[in-house]
Amino acid sequence: MALKAKTSTRIGVTILGWGIALWLFFPIFWMILTSFKSEVQAISTPPKLFFMPTLSSYAEVFERANYWHFALNTVTVSVAATAIAIALAVPAAYSMAFMPSKRTRGTLLWMLSTRMLPPVGVLVPIYILARNTHLLDTCTGLAIVDMLTNLPIIVWMLYTFFREVPAPILEAGRMDGATRWQEMTMVLLPLALPGIASTALLSLILCWNEAFWSLNLTSSHAAPLTAFIASFSSPEGLFFGKLSAASTLAVAPILVFGWISQKQLVRGLTFGAVK
Amino acid sequence: MATVELKNLRKTYLTEEIIKGISLSIEEHEFVVFVGPSGCGKSTLLRMIAGLEDITSGDLLIDGQRVNDVEPGKRGLAMVFQSYALYPHMNVYKNMEFGLKLSGMPEAERRAKIENVARTLQLEPYLNHKPGQLSGGQRQRVAIGRAIVRNPKVFLFDEPLSNLDAALRGQMRVELSALHRKLGATTIYVTHDQVEAMTMADKIVVLQKGVVEQIGSPLELYHHPRNLFVARFIGSPPMNFFSAIFQGGDAAGSSVQLRDGSTLYVPVTSPGLLPGTKVTVGIRPEHVELASSGPNSGVVEVIERLGAITLVHVRMPDGEIIVVQTDGAVLTDVNSPISLTLPPRNCHLFAPDGLAFEACHRHPLAA
Repeated sequence: MALKAKTSTRIGVTILGWGIALWLFFPIFWMILTSFKSEVQAISTPPKLFFMPTLSSYAEVFERANYWHFALNTVTVSVAATAIAIALAVPAAYSMAFMPSKRTRGTLLWMLSTRMLPPVGVLVPIYILARNTHLLDTCTGLAIVDMLTNLPIIVWMLYTFFREVPAPILEAGRMDGATRWQEMTMVLLPLALPGIASTALLSLILCWNEAFWSLNLTSSHAAPLTAFIASFSSPEGLFFGKLSAASTLAVAPILVFGWISQKQLVRGLTFGAVK
Repeated sequence: MATVELKNLRKTYLTEEIIKGISLSIEEHEFVVFVGPSGCGKSTLLRMIAGLEDITSGDLLIDGQRVNDVEPGKRGLAMVFQSYALYPHMNVYKNMEFGLKLSGMPEAERRAKIENVARTLQLEPYLNHKPGQLSGGQRQRVAIGRAIVRNPKVFLFDEPLSNLDAALRGQMRVELSALHRKLGATTIYVTHDQVEAMTMADKIVVLQKGVVEQIGSPLELYHHPRNLFVARFIGSPPMNFFSAIFQGGDAAGSSVQLRDGSTLYVPVTSPGLLPGTKVTVGIRPEHVELASSGPNSGVVEVIERLGAITLVHVRMPDGEIIVVQTDGAVLTDVNSPISLTLPPRNCHLFAPDGLAFEACHRHPLAA
């Protein structure tokens, strides 16, 4: 009897899980579907599930905008922001995890609290700073802002990962004559590598998808894929076919990337929560 | 090999003093064991010597050099941790090589040293294994090997056997003693296990709440504990204690009146103590003798038969329990009346402040 109840619960949970997954995935699915429709099919009511697929929207998108220019900007900004953020966060998290002071906890919370501020609240000062330092519409400027917005969450994640490394192993390194730097690079980093990888992965995804700052701080030269999508949404009314094609092109790389590395990513997001 | 000297070492965490002024000299080749209940500061003291904890005040000298501010890796020490603390991402060979590599030793020399140590510790078949593939005992050997290859002046051990099961612990204890005899290295060993302390140490340091209670050879601590704490802590099962009234003393001994009115003349000096003072008598279970009749009678409450020996728990008329360790074949049964003989030469007397009275004669093995 108990077993039966358990089985039915399991089936219920499975259905619920699939339901939520499908619900979450539906917009992406519809976007991809729409990208293969003609503009007329895209706005037809009732919406068509079965139709003759066409690549016309893609062709037009490629004709109208230089996809590779935007994609290269996105890759440059994401990789640079992630690399710098990791390089800054590793020593910070190391010192917080292994040499905590009275204020470590508070510092971590304060860092995280900066993520709670709506970005628009600091739009004007950041815009003026970027303008005065000639960083408007440059990959450097956008990378710096992306790096700074993600830094708290990266420090926090690395801190959690480092805490899982037993302190005596680092102390053994110190007894063996390792300097702090050697202790960090030769003992801690190899041990925390899976954690660092999943943190970097998350940072890449966050940077890739970041729209607010890229739309406000870039216009053409450094515009990333988010700006590429946006450029198809407004000027001449809504052309859902082209908009969907552009969106699909913009999210496809990171979607594939995330899919390949999902195991690593899940581990990163739940690390420390379950043990 | 080296000497280690602690001069009034102190350690304060925030506002709490953990180590309250410890002075100690450790000679060359000596095997010194720090024992004490958990939280007594023994591990902290070891970590201060290692350099993993800052010294708040006092001096730490290794070979006469003050090393308070010297990096752990430059003090010429090697440490074996309770959790082994092997590098999980390196194989056994690399684990042992790490320190040598950092010190800039040439490759060929490193290899020769590691192979030599691996042979001594029977680790040769495992040199390419990662720590995760080894059993607890093997990991422990690797941790010891990693310490030995560096040829340190002093070995530090932080409860190295406490993660092993009982059988392996006994075996490793013998191996460590043999290794110490072979290498002759100055060794500081922290444990809460008094069997380890008694069997391995040249000198035991008993700590409590950051203070040294007594320093001495194992048998010195056993036969001449300095105070009630050491008397209770060293020896298993622990020493029996009961109260008595001091009656008077001379150069050959002191007499006390027990609660049943009988008098005991113990060969300890009691200078300056006033007759009528309440004192504590202590006697180890293995020194109490059973008799069928006589003074000090009670009732057997529990019998623990361990095969070779039997522990008899006797309830005295005043309600106190006295444990007697006796022959394995003793025929006594629960609830039967029994008398105890307390050989005066094996009794200890403790003043109201807990300090032991000086014995008139030192035990020959604890001179």
